[in-house]
Amino acid sequence: MVNRSEFMIEARELAYYYPGEEKNSFPALSGINLAVSRGEYLALIGPNGSGKTTLLKLFNALLAPCEGEVLVEGISTVDENKIAEVRRYCGMIFQNPDNQLVATTVEEDIAFGLENMALPSAEIQNKVIAVAHLLGLEHLLHQPPHLLSGGEKQRVAIAGVLAMQPHCILMDEPTAMLDFTGRRDVIETVRGLNRDQGIAVIHVTHFPEEAVYADRIIILNQGRLVMQGPPEIVLSDVSLLHSLGLQGPAAVELAALLREDGFDLPPQLIHCRELVHSLCSLERKS
Amino acid sequence: MSRSITLGQYFPGQSLVHQLNPRMKLISLLFVLALLFSLRSYSGLVALFFIALFLIAKTRVPFRYFLRGLRPVLFIAIFALVIYFFFTSGGIVLLRVGFITVESEGVREGIFIILRLVTLVLFSLLLTLTTTPLSLTYGLSYFLKPLRYIGLPTDEVAMIMAIALRFIPTLMEESQRLMRAQVSRGADFESGSIFRRAKSLVPLIVPLFVSAFRRADELALAMEARGYRIGAIRTRMHEDTFFPRDWVVLAVALVMLAASLTLGL
Ligand SMILES: Nc1ncnc2c1ncn2[C@@H]1O[C@H](COP(=O)(O)OP(=O)(O)OP(=O)(O)O)[C@@H](O)[C@H]1O
Ligand SMILES: [Mg+2]
Repeated sequence: MVNRSEFMIEARELAYYYPGEEKNSFPALSGINLAVSRGEYLALIGPNGSGKTTLLKLFNALLAPCEGEVLVEGISTVDENKIAEVRRYCGMIFQNPDNQLVATTVEEDIAFGLENMALPSAEIQNKVIAVAHLLGLEHLLHQPPHLLSGGEKQRVAIAGVLAMQPHCILMDEPTAMLDFTGRRDVIETVRGLNRDQGIAVIHVTHFPEEAVYADRIIILNQGRLVMQGPPEIVLSDVSLLHSLGLQGPAAVELAALLREDGFDLPPQLIHCRELVHSLCSLERKS
Repeated sequence: MSRSITLGQYFPGQSLVHQLNPRMKLISLLFVLALLFSLRSYSGLVALFFIALFLIAKTRVPFRYFLRGLRPVLFIAIFALVIYFFFTSGGIVLLRVGFITVESEGVREGIFIILRLVTLVLFSLLLTLTTTPLSLTYGLSYFLKPLRYIGLPTDEVAMIMAIALRFIPTLMEESQRLMRAQVSRGADFESGSIFRRAKSLVPLIVPLFVSAFRRADELALAMEARGYRIGAIRTRMHEDTFFPRDWVVLAVALVMLAASLTLGL
């Protein structure tokens, strides 16, 4: 673990064109400069087609940059010999829970990445049990994936990534196909891992409510990074969000309407609880 | 409904037969099949039939699962019986209808053949009912390993089979959903000639294919993201190990075969 760069992931002047799309009006990604610190929780938002998925795939070495470079723990993702290492550092969770579980039982699925690392059987078994215990999946270990709920499937996918002891988890709209409970379970699992294990998270989401908990939010639009900052700043900028076709969290949207009606609310309210507090204190004053 | 989909014929259990090494079960089955065809005497065959029944009782798999497995051979059995009864001559004449006679030799041989067939199916069911499709796949792929030297990607083939097993229930669920969607728009899968019914399946199969291809695409990506590489060395979480009991079972099968061959039973 020597020779570690300062950042978990670094993108320098990154650009990506899908094959056959060079002539298009805009590339999938261009001019991206981004550094992700260790243990950081980063939320990535942006309208459809803004390049979020593409960026994650570049971080996981599923795609190679057309211009610029991506460094994961100081390793360039174009280094063929180190791709396995890059993928171990940056695990990826996809949107559709059904299409990322490979094995016929939960335990074998959690083991899949470890099997690819060619670890001895006994070690794999120990790690699978430890991870299942951590995420509370023990009772499901022998179930076939098709009998799990969506939220459980996503947590199994997270367990599979976690077993490989990643430094960062990349999540591409992991909750888009889940119901409310599934969504809450997955988000709580990931936030717990971020908080307790110091694993960095890059979370692509269309739910502003999920971005609220991030350390930093990044907005992509047409392949460019248009804004970044802490959630209070980025998410409370309703006019910018609306101009990009995005929505703020419920509290922000509501506060904007209330301000229009003359309520004197403080800026940067992003949690419903804060909004309620402000409204109550206004009430008390009048 | 989708919850009731069982893969293959596997019936979970903890019996000795369940726990035997799948590779060993495969080889032993092979020996037993060879034995079945080398047996000449009724006594030997009946003994083997009772061994099958004994093992079946041991597995604690309900007997109706075995009966269900026997159903497909019922037709062949009746057919064989008729042939032997009417067309084998020798022994005492038991029945005479017009110019057709049933003679004792025919009855003897007919029943022998059927008993052999039933025993054969029972032993095969003993394997498939007590082994998960996945272990069977890996067991088979082990024996195919030598083919790697002539360029066959045996590990990859095993992976393909395992993934197919994983996705059969998912695709069944999906086809049921598509079917319901089509039925709600007035599609009719149940009536009409075979040709009409086949035709009504087309709007089902096309979207199923499209979705299967999309799934394959995403799954390949997910596998790659988790470090899967074609041709790379992998290990397995559960390596199948041999226990003394596996060798005992194999030895018993071998001894029976040798005895039948040398003693001409
Ligand atoms: N496989 C592909 N081949 C060609 N073009 C692609 C491919 N995948 C994505 N694109 C294009 O690249 C751009 C960025 O796509 P990307 O999937 O990264 O967007 P996204 O932000 O993830 O969108 P969404 O919110 O819909 O998931 C889009 O214009 C899209 O049309
Ligand atoms: Mg996307």
